[in-house]
Amino acid sequence: MLTGEDCRLDIFKGLKQFFWPDKGFLTGSVLGLAVATAIGLVYPLLLRALIDDVITPKKFDGILSLALLAVALIVVKAAFQYVHGFCGGRLGNRLAYRMRNASYDKLQTLSFSFYDQARTGDLMSRLTADIEGIRNFVGFGFAQLLNTLFLVLFGFAMMFYVDWTMGLMTLAVIPVIAYAAIRFELQIHPVFRTIRIAISKLTISVQENIMGVRTVKSYDSASHEYGKFDEGNSQYKANNLAIASVWATYFPIIEFVASSSIALLLLVGGWRVIHHHMTLGDLVSLNGMLGMIVAPLWTLGFQINNYTMSKASGERLLELLNRHIDVQDPAHPVKPKTEGAGLIRFRDVTFRYPNHEEQPNALVDFDLTAGPGSVIGLLGGTGSGKSTVVQLLLRAYDVTSGAITLDGEDIRQLELGELRSRTAIVFQESFLFSTTIRENISYGRSDATQAEIEQAAKLADAHDFIMELPAGYDTIVGERGMGLSGGQKQRIAIARAFLIRPKVLILDDSTSALDMETEHRIQLALRQVMEGRTVFIIAHRISSLRHADEIVVLDKGHVVQRGRHEELVRLPGLYRETYRTQYADRPDELGEDTASSRKVSG
Amino acid sequence: MSRQFQYQDDVLIEKSFNWKQMARLFDYLKPYKGAVTRVVFVMMVFGMLTRLAIPYLISLAIDKVIDPDGGNGSMGYLSIVFGVMLAMYGLRWWAQNYTIHHTNDIGQKVIYDLRSALFKHVQTLSFRFFDKRPAGSVLVRITNDVNSLQDLLSNGVVNSAIDIAQLAGIIVILLVLQPKLALAVMITVPLLIFVSSSLRKRTRMAWQTVRIKQSRINSHLNEAIQGMRVTQAFAQEKENMRFFDNLNGSSIRSWNIASSLNQLFGPVIEVTSAVGTLILLLYGTHLIQQGELTVGVLVAFITYVSNFWEPINRLGQMYSQLLISMSSAERIFEYMDEKPIVAEKEDAKPLNDVRGRVQFDHVVFGYDPDRLALKDISFDIKPGMTVALVGHTGSGKSTIVNLLCRFYDVTSGRVLIDGMDVRDATLDSLRRQIGIVMQDTFIFSGTIRDNIRYGRPDASNAEVEAAARSVRAHDFIVKLPDGYDTQVQERGSALSMGQRQLLSFARALLADPRILIMDEATASIDTETEVRIQEALGTLLEHRTSFIVAHRLSTIRHADLILVLDHGVIVDQGNHDELMRRPGHYRNLIEAQYRFLSA
Repeated sequence: MLTGEDCRLDIFKGLKQFFWPDKGFLTGSVLGLAVATAIGLVYPLLLRALIDDVITPKKFDGILSLALLAVALIVVKAAFQYVHGFCGGRLGNRLAYRMRNASYDKLQTLSFSFYDQARTGDLMSRLTADIEGIRNFVGFGFAQLLNTLFLVLFGFAMMFYVDWTMGLMTLAVIPVIAYAAIRFELQIHPVFRTIRIAISKLTISVQENIMGVRTVKSYDSASHEYGKFDEGNSQYKANNLAIASVWATYFPIIEFVASSSIALLLLVGGWRVIHHHMTLGDLVSLNGMLGMIVAPLWTLGFQINNYTMSKASGERLLELLNRHIDVQDPAHPVKPKTEGAGLIRFRDVTFRYPNHEEQPNALVDFDLTAGPGSVIGLLGGTGSGKSTVVQLLLRAYDVTSGAITLDGEDIRQLELGELRSRTAIVFQESFLFSTTIRENISYGRSDATQAEIEQAAKLADAHDFIMELPAGYDTIVGERGMGLSGGQKQRIAIARAFLIRPKVLILDDSTSALDMETEHRIQLALRQVMEGRTVFIIAHRISSLRHADEIVVLDKGHVVQRGRHEELVRLPGLYRETYRTQYADRPDELGEDTASSRKVSG
Repeated sequence: MSRQFQYQDDVLIEKSFNWKQMARLFDYLKPYKGAVTRVVFVMMVFGMLTRLAIPYLISLAIDKVIDPDGGNGSMGYLSIVFGVMLAMYGLRWWAQNYTIHHTNDIGQKVIYDLRSALFKHVQTLSFRFFDKRPAGSVLVRITNDVNSLQDLLSNGVVNSAIDIAQLAGIIVILLVLQPKLALAVMITVPLLIFVSSSLRKRTRMAWQTVRIKQSRINSHLNEAIQGMRVTQAFAQEKENMRFFDNLNGSSIRSWNIASSLNQLFGPVIEVTSAVGTLILLLYGTHLIQQGELTVGVLVAFITYVSNFWEPINRLGQMYSQLLISMSSAERIFEYMDEKPIVAEKEDAKPLNDVRGRVQFDHVVFGYDPDRLALKDISFDIKPGMTVALVGHTGSGKSTIVNLLCRFYDVTSGRVLIDGMDVRDATLDSLRRQIGIVMQDTFIFSGTIRDNIRYGRPDASNAEVEAAARSVRAHDFIVKLPDGYDTQVQERGSALSMGQRQLLSFARALLADPRILIMDEATASIDTETEVRIQEALGTLLEHRTSFIVAHRLSTIRHADLILVLDHGVIVDQGNHDELMRRPGHYRNLIEAQYRFLSA
């Protein structure tokens, strides 16, 4: 239990920075509710005065002031209730705003290694559902929990004040109800968790069905898919019914106990009134007070539940916020030389992916010098380490040993923003944001003019198809660039990289969806744009790599071959094999005779 | 200029609701009519009546026994009242248990039915439907929109019936107990209804704004997380933070408005009903003075009147809930009303044991009516032939594939398999004959094994492995942490594109279709893997009619027939040798490749 307490303190201490700036609202929320509750408890006393001082003695003069007093109390109570609601609302909203901004900012700084593991849905739910849970608890739940406490304390104090024997008798109800309420919470809590699991199962099955609709239809597996969906759907139903069943068990019991206490009050209280131990007004006011105390007691289970859920939410959120950032800016960044030409050097670079300790090194003792104006080609199979090379250059990860330098400075000594503003990468899977094509191209340079954007698009061979779209550059490309073909998306991604005129450009297998003619046009443009700058090309096609100044062939993290196309093609090895597969029709360059000797030049 | 991502919003609904939609929604309750009636009956008799009777019993006890002014002080009578009260509470216990069980049971079943119906319907819809909509918005309708009807359909219906009955009951009792006082107190009812409904309308609009802003945040978060690598590579973190701060700030402002209005509600109702209390106290004591009212009845009145606001308040909330639910219902029915464009004919026949002859007979097709993707395409493919489709992006290669699978229907002309028009065949039998390996391989969450087995769920483990071996996928699979039982998530993002494609090859091979289509399937495979694939391709293509859409010469040169497409027209056809012998599109294309190589 103690550890549980410690843990809770830690969580709310961790969240303190988000709600403490609004401690005024917090106080307003708690005090507003407490005062409203206290005033509410005075109301039954007025009824007592009405009966005992006005009706029974038949002194009807005081009635007007009594009634006005009642109305005044109601108005004041309502005002305080509003203070509670207003402050709680503001507190919760501002808290949510701060937490969401902080989480979002954190997401922006977390490294690639984090995103290799993270799941979108999980992060989304932390930034939405979890923040919502904390908002509710801190804004309202906390005040309500305190209020239940106040109500029981004040309420029984008043009952004892009116008639202590009756107070003592009804006090017996509290432990019974509290016990039932807590039992209720304990039973319902695990079911809530299973509901969340069922929902996520349901969501995944629907989502995959929609996104994979072509596969589903072509394999005619609608009924198989329905089976998967039905599992989630049935589970969701069953879990909701399980909740209802816990609810159906406890709610009526609690209400029965509470109501019985009122019946008992009438019986025993009635006897005491008849025997003149107390007045009729006492009885009516006790009846009113008991009703007021008992009503919120059965929600105790809910409040506790609300508390534990928000605690869990807080835990998940703090886990994200306190997450270690693998790749960080140095404490004292070195300013890179402004006219640095873009000389890149890899020295004895070895790297192992941080989350894959069991796997061998992705890159071993890698050396490379890429001078300004050079084009480096990287070739290799899946898992050969070729993408690793360029990701290390961007500092998506930090090298395990060795060093990478840019114009003589270790890239770990540079500010990340500085480093990355000098480099541009086009990823294998082109990602477009939900905005216009114009904004997608100018993503790295929001100050670019229309002319510059168009020029970049022309160089990436994208201008013509963009102009054919209904709204041209203002066409909005939706969710992951929907509505465009793979090749079109790649060309927009390439234009995006061209526009920032980086010192270092990286094409990570980013022309795979283009036909050779288009690719060739883009390569010509590339030479123009990247004059005097450094280019890294990762590709499977020989045609993409052929003109590189140096081609590095990688296998399982080791460099197995390096050199120019003309050299490599004459040496036995992976490069020549690849070449043969792709250009079996053109044997002459191999300097040996193959079975096929078709001439194609005409 | 600061960045502006754009997301589609739902529209603010101002109108009152559509009765027809509501009737349609309540049709889903029809199968459970009996259960609904029983629940309402039980709750009315045992739940509501006890609630109405108890204040009256208390007033009897006060007036007849306890009141020092006129009570007889009989403990026997008081004990009877106590006993009756306890018995009523007992009945109420049972009635509540029954009601909670059954309302939820009905509600959950209706939700289940509705969601199943919607899902099944959406599954029948054609590609045109999915082309137009982002996956997220379809998802939201099947999950959130259906969920939001849950409360309405379970507790909503039953509680509203009970609330209306309770209101009527209280009014009758008050009128019977003391008509003058009852009428005086009820003067405040119209005032209350007016105040609450005008406040509620504004609150409702405010919450809608909150929801719209929230869904914008959700869309952005989803995209920001998925595109994070691009953001970081282009050093755009600060810009994104600025954009999000705006989004978040505007969301919080709408929250502030909505929650201020929402919190106003309780206090305003309370102050309004204070007018009723004032009348009750002043006029009530006046009537006691006149001897027209007893203390017990006054106490009962106070209880009844406080029970009075409760159902009015709940019914008001119910009405707001109904309006919000109706907008969900409308969105659901909009999908239900979508007709599948590619629909099975009434008299469709199964297409069994085909040999694999494929004919296109003067096929014309356009995705948009004014832009034709295919113009008068005709060809005749004999069983077992390998056909390569060659041409630039947008030449119509993929469209031919889409029409063959009947993902779309031709605008005019016919597509025939073994002489049968694909529109005359049942969809499932047609698609069982065709296997397709796509550019964008879709991996489902589940194990690697399940993914390979996708087209033939009854395949044995040995068959799965044999298929994986044939396409050279076995080697990388056994290196994964759990081999064939490795769980893949989020569309297989942990696998490389090449690996994903190998899996889809294995999937296609295992399904063993008569007609196989490979749509740019080898574009992203590294050459090492491709060499293996080339070897496997022989196995894959054997004894099947196959269509290959590819840019790479190495994949197309062995085809029996090459169809060269340009702007929706077949400009040339023949095998590689024939086509190379004469000048034309194909030779230009191939020569261009070499030119690039040596340029």
